[in-house]
Amino acid sequence: MSTITTALLDLKYLEILAAGDTTIHRLNPLAKVLVTLLFILCVISCNRYELTALLPFFLFPIAMIARANLPPLFILKKIILFLPFILLVGIFNPVFDRIPLVQFGSLTVSGGWISFLSIIIRSILTVGGAFVLIGTTGFTPTCQALRRMGMPQVFTTQLLFLYRYIFVLAEEAGRTSLARELRSCGTKGQGIESYRSLIGALLLRTWGRAERIHDAMLARGFNGEFHRVQSNGFGRMEIIYCFGWSALFIFFRLTNIPLVLGNFITGFFA
Amino acid sequence: MSHHIVAVKNLRHTYPDGTVAIQDISFTITHGESVGIIGANGAGKSTLLHHLNGTLTPTGGSITIGNFPVTKETLPSIRRTVGMVFQNPDDQLFMPTVYDDVAFGPLNLGLRGEALEQCVSNALAAVGAETLRHKPPYNLSGGEKKRVAIATALAMSPDILVMDEPTSGLDPYARRQAMHLLAAFSHTRIFTSHDLDMVLELCPRVIVLHEGVVVADGAAIELFNDTELLEHCRLEQPLSMRGCSYCRKLAHIR
Repeated sequence: MSTITTALLDLKYLEILAAGDTTIHRLNPLAKVLVTLLFILCVISCNRYELTALLPFFLFPIAMIARANLPPLFILKKIILFLPFILLVGIFNPVFDRIPLVQFGSLTVSGGWISFLSIIIRSILTVGGAFVLIGTTGFTPTCQALRRMGMPQVFTTQLLFLYRYIFVLAEEAGRTSLARELRSCGTKGQGIESYRSLIGALLLRTWGRAERIHDAMLARGFNGEFHRVQSNGFGRMEIIYCFGWSALFIFFRLTNIPLVLGNFITGFFA
Repeated sequence: MSHHIVAVKNLRHTYPDGTVAIQDISFTITHGESVGIIGANGAGKSTLLHHLNGTLTPTGGSITIGNFPVTKETLPSIRRTVGMVFQNPDDQLFMPTVYDDVAFGPLNLGLRGEALEQCVSNALAAVGAETLRHKPPYNLSGGEKKRVAIATALAMSPDILVMDEPTSGLDPYARRQAMHLLAAFSHTRIFTSHDLDMVLELCPRVIVLHEGVVVADGAAIELFNDTELLEHCRLEQPLSMRGCSYCRKLAHIR
């Protein structure tokens, strides 16, 4: 129950952050979605043995967090929540990929370890980028931007409904689960059996609610087509934002800056 | 004015599982009337309301709104004429923000630009919810949700307002606020409620349902004085008509 409530509060906190009023917040959501997508694309397309080339990409989330006044610790905690999944994805790389790749004195680092680290860094960057997007834009405008980019309406509508009703359903699930717990008197209750009927009841109630929502939509003239109010325009700021970051990402992607810098410095002192 | 008449004739409704919710209901409500439909749990009130805008299809009988029978063909115009406010505002407010929700109906009616803006602002102003326009529905209190739900129906400029339990779950202040709001409307109003004091205040006419049939239809003040009828229908006199039991006790002691 507490985990459900905490997760909901986190979602609400992200929405509060998204309601901020900084230059980044005021940008058209479409611009932010486009830039974030390109950022993710550039990061995930890096070679799996690349480590140093990924580092400059940290500039984007850090700059956005600073400019949009997002709390860095909150974002960091959210990213850490994802770490177990990330570790699970890459944990077998060091086992299967034992080709030596880097030599530090007597220490040989295999390709598996490098690619494992690369997965971690790429995940931190992409998850961080997504959190920054939601924290500066909000879930609904993000979905609307995706719709404008051509995502089928059925998906955006589903996402919007999911986001609207996740609060209602989670609170309902929380209450039902609490009611079960209170009558279990500290024992296991009837174990998995009781959960089976609890989930069944929840599903049926959700079904009923879905029907009522559909009725409410029909009552207001819904005929299958979702009309939306158009958001603000795509001005000079958006164009500068898009082109500036895109150029930088492509530059980061094509040039290994830390390597170039390293070569330059070592060349200079040689 | 015949165009806002609600005429229900020999309405019957049986749910697919065989439950007979409405056996035989007939009544006529004329333009500008405010009518309370009361009855115990399971008397068929909500089922009846859902027929008024075609959400449920009758098993038998007919419903006429204005001069149009409620059929599949007339549904779009019926739904514009009959504004429906559901019992649970969470079922009614499904859009991401209050503004989007109030704009949902007018957008479906084809309103755009300045006209849409005006329509949403008017509806929000009518329920005193202008300050909530950018809020997501899950951040509203119960009373605020109810008012916004009423605004979503008002935005369609309905002639008839149908409301299922408009005061349920509200604190005394929010209930009073909602009642003031409803009293100020000039629409034809049809309410179902267990809040009989609210019915007494807002509805000069009351229709009493019992086990799917109309057992009484008349002036609220008269029906609420018929204790036999109320008892038969598992109802009670509104508190405001009963006099204060504490004062009576005090008088007895003295």
